[in-house]
Parts: sequence; C-alpha cells; structure tokens
Amino acid sequence: MGKVKCECGHVNPNGTILCESCGRALTEKAKQEKFVDMRYEGSARRSQTYNKTIIDKVWNFFSSVKVGIWIIVLLLVAASFGTILPQEFYIPSNMPAEMYYEDVYGQFGKIYYMIGFHDLYNSVWFSALVAALGVSLVIASLDRVVPLYRALKNQRVDRHESFMKKQRLFAEQEGTLQASEIEKIKVKLAKKRYKVRMENGALLAEKNRFTRWGPYVNHVGLIIFLLGALLRSVPGMYIDELLWIREGETLQVPGTDGAYYVKNNEFTLENYEEGEDPEVFDEAIDRVGTVAKNYQTDAILYRDENNELPGAEPELTEVQAKSIQVNQPMKFDQFAVYQTSFRQDEMKAMHFALTNKETGEEFGEIVVDLFDQQESYDLGSGYKVELRGYYPDFDGFSESGEPVSKSPLPNNPAFLFNMITPETPDGEMSFAQIRNTMEPLGETEYKMAFKNLETRDVSALTIRKDLTLPILAVGGIVFMIGVIQGSYWNHRRLWIREKEGRIYVAGHTNKNWHGLKREIHSVLNGTAIPEPEDRQKD
Amino acid sequence: MSDLAGVSSTLLYAAFLLYLVATFLFGGSIRQKGLRDGEVVNRWGRLGIIVTIVGFAAQLGYFFTRWAAAGHAPVSNLFEFTTFFGMMIVGSFILIFFIYKTVVLGLFALPIAVIIIAYASMFPREISPLIPALQSDWLHIHVTTAAAGQGILAISFIAGIIYLIKNIDQSVSTKKTKWLEAVMFFIVSVVAFILITSGFALADYKAEFEYVNKEDAAAQQEFTLPALVGPNEGTLLTAEKMEPLADMPAFINAKKLNTVLWSLAGGIILYVLIRLITRKRVAALLQPLVRNVSSDLLDEISYRSVLIGFPVFTLGALIFAMIWAQIAWTRFWGWDPKEVWALITFLFYAAFLHLRLSKGWHGERSAWLAVIGFGIIMFNLVAVNLVIAGLHSYA
Repeated sequence: MGKVKCECGHVNPNGTILCESCGRALTEKAKQEKFVDMRYEGSARRSQTYNKTIIDKVWNFFSSVKVGIWIIVLLLVAASFGTILPQEFYIPSNMPAEMYYEDVYGQFGKIYYMIGFHDLYNSVWFSALVAALGVSLVIASLDRVVPLYRALKNQRVDRHESFMKKQRLFAEQEGTLQASEIEKIKVKLAKKRYKVRMENGALLAEKNRFTRWGPYVNHVGLIIFLLGALLRSVPGMYIDELLWIREGETLQVPGTDGAYYVKNNEFTLENYEEGEDPEVFDEAIDRVGTVAKNYQTDAILYRDENNELPGAEPELTEVQAKSIQVNQPMKFDQFAVYQTSFRQDEMKAMHFALTNKETGEEFGEIVVDLFDQQESYDLGSGYKVELRGYYPDFDGFSESGEPVSKSPLPNNPAFLFNMITPETPDGEMSFAQIRNTMEPLGETEYKMAFKNLETRDVSALTIRKDLTLPILAVGGIVFMIGVIQGSYWNHRRLWIREKEGRIYVAGHTNKNWHGLKREIHSVLNGTAIPEPEDRQKD
Repeated sequence: MSDLAGVSSTLLYAAFLLYLVATFLFGGSIRQKGLRDGEVVNRWGRLGIIVTIVGFAAQLGYFFTRWAAAGHAPVSNLFEFTTFFGMMIVGSFILIFFIYKTVVLGLFALPIAVIIIAYASMFPREISPLIPALQSDWLHIHVTTAAAGQGILAISFIAGIIYLIKNIDQSVSTKKTKWLEAVMFFIVSVVAFILITSGFALADYKAEFEYVNKEDAAAQQEFTLPALVGPNEGTLLTAEKMEPLADMPAFINAKKLNTVLWSLAGGIILYVLIRLITRKRVAALLQPLVRNVSSDLLDEISYRSVLIGFPVFTLGALIFAMIWAQIAWTRFWGWDPKEVWALITFLFYAAFLHLRLSKGWHGERSAWLAVIGFGIIMFNLVAVNLVIAGLHSYA
C-alpha cells in the first residue's frame, strides 16, 4: 500500500485528502474547494481509496451511507405494510389464515395473504433486509472510525493556513499575537473546559472529542443487539411454551424436560366494582361496563427429585408458591411463568341421583369426574350404578342409534348408566345429560336425575426462557450510551496562529454552530484577536 | 377523592387558557419593538414565556392531582396520553426557548399544544381504572419518557414548519406551496374536528344503531355525530335522527370513518372559507409573522431538537417499552402495530440524522423531513390507536 507524504513531512496513508498532521489539501479536488470537507477530517477511508476486487466492491457498497439510508427506508416502509392488516399470530386461531383474510377483508385480504404480508416480519426478504442493515452497520463504521481516530490523534496544533482558510468559521487580520492575550484566553478557554495546546506559538483549543465516537459506539450497540436476536435460534437459548392448566391440576412444566411441575391451586378473575373500588372509577365503569382488575393463578412450583432416574415415579418437592399475575411472572432457574389467558367455568364433574321415578325417592348421589370416571359407583344396600358409556361432547345419535361424541372435550357431556337396584337386579339403562334423562332402551323404573355441575377455571400460563436477554440488554445499554455521547455534546475546536505578520483564527464543530459562535465570541471578545465569521450563512 | 379530580380538571382548563393567552403575547412580541441593547426578547416575549411557564405549572398541577385522585399516573388512556403529549410539547418549547430565545417558536408551539389538548378532550375524560396489563410502574416510566421524546421531536417539526413558511416562495404556485398547504389543511381539519365534535356534544346528539359486526353477531353502536355512513346492515334505533347515506362493510368501523368524514368535510369548508376571505394561501398568511427569524437558527433548532429528542424517544418508546413488554406480555417484541410504528419513527429519525450528517440535507430538505417525522408520530398516536386495533388500543 502506498503512502502519501505531505510537504510538512508527515506520512499519510494512501487516499488521505487532508494531511492528518497539518491539514494541507493533498488531492487536486480538495485543493480546489472553497471549504474543506471536515466530515471525517479528510482521512483515508478504504471505501474511497480502493475499488478493484470484489471485496472492495462489496465493502464500498455497504460502507456507503446512502446505501445504509436506503436500507433503513426500505425497512421502515416494509414494516409499515405489516400493520395494514393484523399479522397471522394475532388472528383468531379457530380459522385457517388463508380463509380468514379473504373472509374478513375480502379481495384485499386475499391478496394480502397471497403476497405473504400476513407473516411479513418472519419472511426471508424482511430478515435479509435486517441482515443487510447489520452488515452495513459493521462495514460503514469500520470504514470511518479507524481513519477518523488516526486523523484526530495525529492532528497538530499549528495547522497550515490553507487548512484554516477553508474552515467555515474563519478570520484573518494583520497583527501579532500578544502573549498576555493568549494567556487571558487560555484561562477563559480552560473555564469552558477546553483542552488548550500550544506549539510554535500556535494555539489549539479542543473539547469533547469523545462525542465523535458516539455514532460508532451506538452502532456497536446495535450490532450486539442484532447478534443477540440472531442467537435466539440457537437450540437451548430460547423456550416459549403455553400451558393450559385446570384448577387443582399438577402438570409438568413444558420446556424443562420434566424437571419441574406446577400446580394450579386456584384461578381468580376480579373486576372493578362500584362501591368497592375508588369512587372516581365509577363513571368509567358505568360507561364501559366491565373492567378487569386482576387475573391470577395461585401456583405452586415443584421439582421432580427423580427426574434423573429413568422410569422412576416423580417425587415432587415444593420449590416456591406464588400468585402469578399479569406483570408479575413467577421466576425460577432461567424461566419465567406468565399469566397469559384463561377459560372460566369449564365443567369438571357432574352429580346425579339415583331416583325412583314414581316416588321421587333418592337412593344416593354419584359424582362423575369428567376427567376421571369410575366403571361403577356403589351406593350400598344393593344400589349400584355402572357407567356404560361416556360421550364428552354429545352430538346426537348415529343412524344405528349409537350416541356420538363430537370431540374428546367435555363441552356437552352425556352418560349411559346402568342402574342396579334390589328391584331391578339386571339393571336398567338411563341416558343422562345436564337437566335431561332419556330412556333409549325402554321404559325404566329408576332414572339418573341430574343434580349439580361442578366447574373450575382453566388458566393459560406462558413458560418462557430467553437467554439472549442479557445480550440484548448490553446491546441496548451500549446503544444508549453511544447515542447520548454523540448527541448531547459537540466536538469543538478553535485554532489561532500567527504567520508572517498575520493572525489566523478558525473554528470547527461537528454540529451546533450557534453554540460554538457564542462560545468563541465570549472568549475572544475584548481581545485584539479577530472573531471568526460564519461564511456559510443564508 | 373526587374533589381532587375536580381541582385537576380546573387546572387543566386554566393551563389551556394560559397557553392561548401566551400565544397572543408571543404574537405581540415578534415585531421586536422595544428591544433594549443586547436584548433578544422584548417585554411581550418575556411576558409570553412567563405565562407559558405558569400554564405549564398549572398543567403539572393537573397531572399530579389527577395522579393522586386515580392512584396511577394519568397516562393510561387516549385523553390522558394526548394531554400529556401536549404538556411535553410545551415543556420542550420552554427548554428550547431558554437555549435559543426565539419567540416565534412559541407563536407556533403553543397553538399546536392547544389544538392537541383540545383534541384530547374529544375522548372520554373520566378517570379509568387500570386493566391488569397496565398495573405496573413501567406504565409511568415508559409512557412519560416516550411522550417526552415525542414532545421534543415535535419542536423539530415546529421549527421546520416555520422554516418552510418563511422560505417557500408564495408568489407562485409550486409543488412546495401545495404540500405546505396540505399540512395547513391537516391542521385546519383537526380544528374542524374539535369544533364539530364539541358542537354536537353540546347539542347532545345521540343516534343508536343496531348492526351486524365482523363476527357476524348483532351489536349496537352509538353515534355522536349524524351518520354520513352507517354500520354494516345497520338500522337506526333512535327516532328523528339522520339516516346514513351508505352502509359500510363489517370490517370498517363506521363510527370512526364517519368522524373522519365529518372532520375532512369541516376542514374543507373551513379551509376554503379562509382562502376565500383572505385570498391568500394559509402559509402566505402566516409568512409575515416569521419574517424576522433567521433561517439558519430555525434549521439549527430543528436539528438540535431531533438530537435531544431522539435518544429520549428511543429510551422511552423502544427500550423501556421492550423491558415492560417482556414483563407484561411475556416477550419484549411482538410486532404489535404500536411497536412497529415506534420502530418506524425510530428508523425515520435515524435516516434523518444520517441524511443530515452525511448527505448534507440541511435547510429546506431537513425541514420537510421534520414535518414528515411529526406526521409519523401523529399517525402512531391517532391512527394506530383508533384505526389499526392492537394491544395498545386502550381508548
């Protein structure tokens, strides 16, 4: 790689526009310009220097801010398309997506589904855009930060007057610098937290150079964040399970390989009530109707001590008990268990009484657990009920007269009972439902009269483990540090030098020129040193 | 408790009036008469900023008394959030005013805040209890920070729009004057919306409809404006009210569309009236007010506001949002429309900063970008809450 030697003797990397040391223009183009381009201090950026191999071309493509902006704009436009209609994961699950979109949104919905916008954020092309943004962040940052660092490190105090003349804030005047005045402004500059350096009678006051690294720091944060998001697909990093658990049930916690069990002791749904809750809410409750106050699952978490032993029965020891509420997940190991959803009043058990139809006399009550039925229920003194058939989701009789169950879910349970009594030792058949008994196999003396229904709530818990969170947190923190570092300070410099009986003054800031002008004014006011003028005014 | 709520409403009303007064004071100050040596703000301007600060204090009073009455920070529904957003615009203006001492900024920032607060009051104003998902300290942290960020970014829009009013040549009709008029028309339409909604509310207009909703079930809806468009297969239940001109399909919320139609119609009438009476473009009417301010300074204020607001917005609307979403919704990111539009806002301002820093988009281009950015913020506030229903639809 070639080097460029400046007249001042400093050896610059190939491609340098302004000498890192004295600031002289090194290219023909830069010599012609009215103002020097100070964006990257005129340093040698790889992307501006080499363009031969494929690597150069890829590098140059992604290092371009223009390309980066295009990627950002494409991403934001694409992202907006995904909000026109609800995404696939938000539509009701009782209908397939391909039908739902057409059904609800007509032709537009059909097209939306066909071009894949119903799952836009998981599409290959959207992911590719995000990946392109990541690559752009890395390359564009590297292309700039290294030469910028070099240039700021190598800058010397006495810049060449051609460099100073091409600054936006500049003044020159005949005269000589007085040592007393220099001392005076040095004090003023120090008060304003400038670092002042003197060399060969020239002065450089500089402050907040660190703010120049802000953009690169925030880009590093973004890269860490994107890498963290990428890591989610690594096995073991991320678990997302949903567990429907009924009151009283103890179930394995999915995603923990059987190491943990959870018991739902009780699910509670509370609404805001007028009279009970603060009076100020009455108006809102009146208008809206019902406002939910609390969804809560009282859960107990167990560890299975025998999990490591193959074939052994689980031996559960309690780990913790917690009321899981929205915003208050239960945490264990690296897992969090959230209150996500619920179904109220699912049927649990039904009570029937063996009843003499004529007298109405009852000979005992049986309780059929819809999830755990017995073959027969002995009522004593020769009375007994046998369960001959269970139809959890009864849907009428088939052509052959068989009762039909639509599904295994206890939505409309029906039973075929055989009633054995001292009078009817061979048994009579009764077909019983909620509030209904039938005698499909001939008239009977007894019936199974429906007495009562036990219900319970079902709670849906989300079990989640996300080991990428700490990485994302680091990314977010680094990003915030970088963006604050770059936004809330300005890198300001003031050059003053005397050469051949003339005083040159120049100022530069990476942003907020008004602030710099005010600051320079208050420093140079009342001295013989001319105040630099803004030559880029409207 | 309810006494406190009453005090709170009064304070908000006071703030609203004080902002209006301050607007006129700033209007009086822009001629820059009576400036003594070394002064950049005259007596009117000083009075203007004092009244603004008093108004801001009154609104802070509203905020904290309502907080005390409700037991939670009043940022939990559309009325409360939008009001808070208005307050943040005023707060940001005060901050920027003390950096740059520009009175003309107040002349535009305060009316915008007034319109936003008036707009907020068109939504149900009662104190609502918090649903389980909102019961968290992150409600206060996330929402206030996000609104503060948006308020500061709004100042960038205000400086930008002043820049455009000042610099776009009004002597000829160009694409630029038309776009600028489109922005003005939008603001006029919001005013029309406020006037129409308040008018019919005063007249206590209510028309009940029975209709068939998206799930094919019978439902009822109460219109508070005469129905230009009615709900799907709707029948008017209230006697002697206007029959809709057309029924809408089920997936369109006819009530909201009806409000939009009324606002647009009112906006057109108001706008055309202004044009007919004054024989000038709205931006041309405003141009004399901004003649004295330096374009360079406006450009700097606009850019500076983005620099100050962007980190605050990112922290509040993305980072705090993600932390809370992880706690309340089990995942830090779920592509909910509000989340997506916060991301879009973030990306837009990121593009803005890159265009400025690296492509040299200063002055007019930068001002247009600031206007578009505010458009995105308003879209996220209004349309995403009202039109694109998602997890954030609390109002």
